[in-house]
Order: sequence, then C-alpha cells, then structure tokens
Amino acid sequence: VLAYIVRRVLYAIPILVGVNLITFALFFVVNTPDDMARMQLGVKRVTPEAIQKWKEERGYDKPLLFNGAKAGAGKVTETIFFEKSVRLFAFDFGAAEDNRDIGQEIRNRMGPSLALAIPALLAGLAVNITFAMFMAFFRATALDFWGVVLCVAMMSISTLFYIIGGQYLVSKLWHLVPISGYDGGADAARFVILPVLIGVVSGIGSGGRWYRTLFLEEMSRDYVRTARAKGLAESTVLFRHVLKNAMIPILTGVVVVIPLLFMGSLLSESFFGIPGLGSYTIDAIQAQDFAVVRAMVFIGSVLYIVGLLLTDLSYTLVDPRIRLA
Amino acid sequence: VRIFLIPLLFLLSACGEAWNDPYPAAEQGENILYSAFVNRPKHLDPVQSYTSDEAAFTRQILEPPLQYHYLKRPYELEPQTAVAIPEPQEIEGGKFTVYEIRIRPGIRYQPHPAFVAENFSLSEAKVKSLKTPYELALGTRELTAEDYVYQIKRLAHPRLHSVLYGLMAEYIVGLPELAKGLKAADTDRSKWLDLREHRLEGVEVVDRYTYRVRLKGRYPQFKYWLAMPFFTPIPWEAEKFFHQPGMAPKNFTLDWWPVGTGAYMLTQNDPNARMVLERNPNYRGQAYPSEGEPEDAAAGLLRDAGKTTPFIDKVVYSREKESVPYWNKFLQGYYDNAGISAENFDQAVRVAIDGAAEPSGEMVEKGITLSTSVAATIFYFGFNMKDPVVGGTSDRARRLRQAISVAVDMEEYLSIFANGRGVVAHSPLPPGIFGRREGEAGINRVTHLWRNGQEERRPLEEARKLLADAGYPDGRDAKTGQPLVLYFDTTSRGPSDKARTDWWRRQFEKLSIQLEVRETDWNRFQEKIRKGTQQVYGLGWNADYPDPENFLFLLHGPQARADGAGANSSNYANPEFDALFERMKSMPDTPERQRIIDRMVSVAQRDAPWIFGFHPKDYSLRHGWLHNAKPNDMAGNTLQYLRLDVAQRTAKRAEWNAPLLWPLGAIFLLLVATAVPAARSYARRERMAARPQP
Repeated sequence: VLAYIVRRVLYAIPILVGVNLITFALFFVVNTPDDMARMQLGVKRVTPEAIQKWKEERGYDKPLLFNGAKAGAGKVTETIFFEKSVRLFAFDFGAAEDNRDIGQEIRNRMGPSLALAIPALLAGLAVNITFAMFMAFFRATALDFWGVVLCVAMMSISTLFYIIGGQYLVSKLWHLVPISGYDGGADAARFVILPVLIGVVSGIGSGGRWYRTLFLEEMSRDYVRTARAKGLAESTVLFRHVLKNAMIPILTGVVVVIPLLFMGSLLSESFFGIPGLGSYTIDAIQAQDFAVVRAMVFIGSVLYIVGLLLTDLSYTLVDPRIRLA
Repeated sequence: VRIFLIPLLFLLSACGEAWNDPYPAAEQGENILYSAFVNRPKHLDPVQSYTSDEAAFTRQILEPPLQYHYLKRPYELEPQTAVAIPEPQEIEGGKFTVYEIRIRPGIRYQPHPAFVAENFSLSEAKVKSLKTPYELALGTRELTAEDYVYQIKRLAHPRLHSVLYGLMAEYIVGLPELAKGLKAADTDRSKWLDLREHRLEGVEVVDRYTYRVRLKGRYPQFKYWLAMPFFTPIPWEAEKFFHQPGMAPKNFTLDWWPVGTGAYMLTQNDPNARMVLERNPNYRGQAYPSEGEPEDAAAGLLRDAGKTTPFIDKVVYSREKESVPYWNKFLQGYYDNAGISAENFDQAVRVAIDGAAEPSGEMVEKGITLSTSVAATIFYFGFNMKDPVVGGTSDRARRLRQAISVAVDMEEYLSIFANGRGVVAHSPLPPGIFGRREGEAGINRVTHLWRNGQEERRPLEEARKLLADAGYPDGRDAKTGQPLVLYFDTTSRGPSDKARTDWWRRQFEKLSIQLEVRETDWNRFQEKIRKGTQQVYGLGWNADYPDPENFLFLLHGPQARADGAGANSSNYANPEFDALFERMKSMPDTPERQRIIDRMVSVAQRDAPWIFGFHPKDYSLRHGWLHNAKPNDMAGNTLQYLRLDVAQRTAKRAEWNAPLLWPLGAIFLLLVATAVPAARSYARRERMAARPQP
C-alpha cells in the first residue's frame, strides 16, 4: 500500500504542475501585470509611476518565464512564474492584495468552513441514506413513487431558493435562529444550524435518488434473495447486507469530497456571513486578487488529488477483495 | 412521553429571550452601535487608504489637523487637532506657499503596545502566541508635530503605495528627492526604514507642537488635504513595533492595526466577519456642535449641543455580503442603521406626489426614519473629443453632441434605473459645492428650458434640428447617405445590464442614430480611455474635497487622459475654459470666482463634451433609537456625534423577535404523521409470509 501511495503522490506532481501552468497562463497572459495594477489601484490619481511602483513592490516587474538579464539559476528563478507559482509547491502563498498573509487567512478560515461543511455532510449522508432506504424498502408502492416525485421536485429547485426561503421562514418569520453571522466556539452552533439544515434539505433530492438507485441495484442481487429465503428480517437484510455492499459507490462519492470540505461553500458562506474559505475565494474573484485565487486553485487541486487517493484506499477497507498494486 | 417532553423543554427553556439575536447575551443593554460593512477594507494605513469603505474605520481612529463641521452646509473646514486653520503665506513672490500648522498640546494617543519600550524586542514565539497586539502591555504618549511630519514623509516610502504621492510630489518641496533617497537607502527590506533619519526639505518641525509645510507655487486646495487621513499623525514607534519579525505573517501591521488619537480605537480586526471600534480612553473629547443648517434644530440635531463626544462606547461592524440578510437584520433591530438596495426600495420608501421621498408605512410603524442627501459625486457620459465623429471643436461636432445631450433623457434614466435616487446634472458641480447655481440660473440651457418654475428637457424636435444642422438629417450623413453609427463603450456586460444597454440604444434611436454598445471588461475599457480610442462612454467622480476645482479639473485640457495620466477622460480642451480654470483654481470663494465658474460652466455646456449625467442621492435609514445622524459626505469622523437610546432598542428588539414556536410543532407532527403509517406498513410487511412480487 505504501508503494501505491508513493506512486500516486509522484503522479500528482505533474498534474499539479499542469494545473499551475494553466492557472498561470490564464492569470498572467489574459491579465497582464499592468492590468492587475490598474484593477487594484482604481481610477483616481493613478499615474504610470504608481503602476510601476505597484509592480515593483509585488515583483510583477520581472519577466514572465525567462529572465535573460540574470545569470545562472536567476534566469529561471528571477521570474514571475517561479516566484508566484513554483513557491506554491512549498505552500508559500505570499500576501494578498490587502497585504494580509494568505497562509494565515487560510488557517483562520478553515475552522468556520469545516464547522459548516462537516455537519452538513454527515447529517446529509444520514438523511439521504435513511430516505433512500425508506424508498427502497417501499419500492414500487405509492410511498416510493411520491418519494421519487419529491426528489425530482427538490432537485429542480435552485440552492439559492432554499437559502433565501429558509432565511425567510426560519429566521425572519419564525425568529428561531440568527439570519446570518458567525461566532467561534460553541456559539457557532446557532449560526450554522440553519445553513446545515438548508444544505441537508437541498441535497435530499439528488442524494435520495442516487442512493435509492444504488440500494435497488443491490437488492436485486442473489445474496439478498438468499438472505430473505433464509428468513432474515427485512431490516437485517437492508442494514446489514445491502447497505454494506452499497458502500463502495457511496464511499466514492463521499470520500472524494471530504478534503474539499476545507474549501468551503461558496454560496452558503456568502449568504450566511460565515467567514470561511468559500467566502474568501468569492471575495478574491470579485476583487480580482489573483494571489488568493491562485492559492485557492492550487489547494483545491491538491485536495482533489488527496480525495481521490483516499477513495482508492477506502475501497480496501470496505471490500477486502480489492488490492492496491 | 419523552419524545414530546424533550422538544417541549427545549422550547420553554428559551422563552423570554430572542433566539435570533446574533450578538452575545453579555452585550445586551450595552451602549453599543451595531452596523454592517459590505466590502472588506483593503488598507487602514492612512498613507494607502483611500476608499470610503476604509474611511468608515480610519476616520474614527486617525486625526488629521483639520476636519469638516458636522452639521453646516456648504461644508466648512474647522480645526481638529490644529489650533486654527492655517493661513497660506506666499514667499519669494509667490514661488512658494508656506502652511504653518500648530497643534493643541496635551493630545494623547490611544493605549497601544508600541508606546512600551519592552515591546520592541519581542521574540517570534511571543508574537506567534498573540491573538491581538493589545494582549501586550499598553502605553501612550503625547501627540507632537514630529508625528505629522513623519506621516508626510511616509507618502514617499518605497515600501508603501500612496495614491497621493504623485500629486503631492508636484507640490511639497523635496518630496521627489526624499522618495529617491529612501529608495536608495532601502537596501534591506528586513530592516525597519527609520524616516526620522531622512530629511524632507519642504516639511520641518518648528517646535514640539508646530510644523511647517512648504509648497511649490500656490495650491489653495491643500487645506482640504489637511482634513484627510493622508495627513494624520503616525508615531514612529508604531512603525518600528510592527516591523518586528513574526508580525506580518500574523497580519499585525500598521496597515491593519492603525494607531491614532481619535475618539475610537480598533480593538478587533477581522475584516472577514467583524470589526470592532471601542472608545479611546485617552480621547480628549469634542463639544457637539451648536450650529448647523436652519432645519437641524427642528430635526433634533442640536439637542446635544455643547455636550462632550463621543456618546457611544463601542461600535460593532459585521460583514454582510448579501443584501437579503443585511436588510432583514436591520428590520429585526439588529442593525441600528442601513442603506437601501434597489430590491428593498419599494418596501422602504414611498414617493409622494410632489416627488419627495418618505419612509413607507411599514418603516414609520417601526419608528424608522429616512435621511436623503445628494452625494458630492457626478456620473457623466462623455464624448471623446479626439474622436473624428463626435469629437473636435467644429460646429458640426458640437451640434451633434448637443443633439444627443438633449435626446438622452436622464430624468427617465434615474426613474428606471435608480428609483429616482438622484438629481439630473446640468454642470459638473453637485449641490453643496461652491459655484453651483440652483433653480433657473443653474439649468443647462442647451438641454433644458425653465417653464412654470420648473426645469424641463427641451423637446426632441430641437434635438432633431440640431442633428440636421450637424449634417445628419434623420440620422444619416447628408453627404454620403450612410446611417450614423456611434459606439458606446461600457463595462456593463451581465444579463442584468441588458435593460440599461437597451435603454441607451433607444435614446439614440430617437434621433435615428444607431448605437453599437461595445461591452468590455474594466481593463480593456481603461485601456481604451487611456489611448483615447473610445467614442461615447460613462464614468463617475467622487469629490476628494468640496471645492469646484475638484470637479472642473475633469474638463481641464492639460489633464487630458490620452495625453498623459490626467482625469480628463473626454480629452476636452478649450483654451478659454483652461485659462479660466487656471485663474479659478487658486481663488478664494468670492463673487469673482463665482463669475468665472459661471463662465466655465457655460462654455462646457455649449461645447457639450459630456452628457451631464446625474448626481446620485444617498438614502439611509435608521431606527428611532439612533439620534444625531446626519449624512455628511466629507466628514468621516461622524461616529462620535451619534447617540443611542439603548433601553428603547432592547424593548423593540424583544417585541419584534419573539420566537414563533408553532411551526416547529407542526413540522414535528407532520413527521410523526408520516412515520406512523410507514412504521405500520413496515410491521405488516415483516409479518407477511411471502413478499409480494414488485
């Protein structure tokens, strides 16, 4: 297994280099350092000297990929690509346009993101599996039919509608929880309860239908018929056999997103005023803060690769027949 | 029984207090103002900070020598830390102007760790363990003239970007030389650059409380800059303190933890969620103004006259990125004041028959009051005077621009796209700025008439005639017969902007002119303006200070954008206008200056380099428990004048936010109602001898 992990980590390097190159090309070819300077400096009292100074302060006055004016390794290292992109591999993200340290910001914002994402994932998983099991148990009945209809209807509704509707009902009309905001420690619970609830409800449609399909597929297998023939209770068949065997596809979907939980939720964090990484990314995109966007794209890639690796490893845990070579 | 008992206990346990209160229970009944910010500030260092979002914080903390009177209009400068408004003294026959500023003795800085010597040698481990710099021992010291001089030198700091450096380098004697010297001396960025060791020729400390600034030539507008954060004092100790190893990675920088002598100090700095200002215990206090506009007394704005400010102990600003939660929290009483977004306008405002805006019935019921004020801002739509079709000084081009100016119905634009929040501009000068004329004398006679005591846009027939005179009868070139096609450059690109671009097309269609809207991103738009390749475009300008020079310079020929880096994006150049501008800019506000401005405005109206757009109106709401609020576009240090009735707020919040519990019970019953038949069906299935085939 160790050799497999090492190999996968080595495979990850060219992928990350590729992601980095594409991101670099997008940011620095489409938006030149001059464009970036003008975006950040605004329109009032911006002189060519001010633009030059801005570029010098941030190292954007150097050549993009090759610095012919330097000797030796400096030809490569004294370039924007090396300084802005290669340093990311050492998780050195530098400073944002507002001079705040990006690494520190990411560390600060990870907590609020996870405080929202982990309960939403776990509660969502529990509710979706329960609901899917319910539909699978009553398959081909009116309950199953209307359950599927409900799922399709819920899938068709935009997440934004759930958010605004949830805020309107629960916070504005019923006055049960704060409509937005965040606080650390135990106080976080009363701020995340509504976004978690909305996250769970908005995910029932797609999650319920997907898991129902998985369960029905498993329930049509021979071992299920054998279990029933042996006289096992339906609950035993479902929870001990069907659920266990349906875990591989469920894990594929779940484990891969676990690392991405760190990235936060773009929409929920903005609407509920949760100062997480999703909100950070949206802010950076709106402010065209490329240092932050670059860092978040890089971290997203790393986490996705980690997620895929964890998924592969988790297969061996739930299915002993699988061996990683 | 337990199933019902647990939720019931849960519900009862919370009775008597608002569940949706976003603030800690310990803050209830405290003299705290709650407000929100939408955009996070980027810089709080006074040398770099320039936006109004940032000024909301910096101006409460940092004190320049001068300030604006809170209530008087037109805006009036008055001393803040200075003893008096400095009088400019011309020397060497007007070659230089000297401002000598004397500050009041005895002003002390807020408590800060930079004023404790032992805090200059902190270990990195110690810095790493800090959550805020205020966990260290705190000290203070007296404000001196040296601190003001130090900050002026910081304008030329090689590691800081000051938007004002370019302008001030033209005026402050020795500033460019200082910048060069500092750049040469800044060889090791890990070391603190002590500006006290570098001389700035044009700025000198006269004595402990007096400093002198020498400017090249005359620059009467300099006094206004003395009321802005660029000219606040910075103690050298603060720079040295924050330069210690480990500070920057913790975001402990002067850019994020400003140090000042103002009414408030920043004690919590999380621009992602919350910024907290607390009363500066060392603040000397200011007397609440006892004079204002005539209507201020009736509005209750003079009730606290003579009392020492500030009245509020703490101000909590929460980040609200979305308008829906922001608005609802205001209605729930969790924000004491709020702006009005387009989505909430109809709920918040009722427009009376005479056009006056009033708070809606719902707002009145809640005791919410509405304040409106025309901003010292202009949004204009310009013609590029270098363009061969719409530009130039020929009669043909002038008539074409005049025809379009008449046809573009800005009154309709304001009504459709701004809920009527604005006044049509007739010149670059917004209300409240010296030189602006009101009523009949103030209308643009090229585009408007004065009829029955009201301004009225000229009929479209006049525009068509002007167009025909320009050589484009019915929108076609009289010589070639080709239709006239014009190009409008805009950064409005989204689907929500389509209505706006369609409206623009319709305005030109009135004259049978085809308008091609060229949608582009901000960078490309700026590039076109810089190169002078745009044809028709839209831009805006917020005043730096309340002087006509700060608006009329937008049409000053030598400041043409395409020829340099000026702010004249239309590249308008008229020798008469430019000569008058040179005279007007350094004059005091006298009748002679008014006459010159009248002439300049008349020249600009005739030449029509702009469709004079509109001046936006700011609408703000506040609850009945917040007193002394008056919009002020210039003075930033307004928090200290506000007063709260905390008891009223507490009572109203409790009244408006009593939790509604029956929906929870209904949901619970619904779940039970669903679960019971399902459980029965499950049990029935389990008892069946054989499973039915699906």
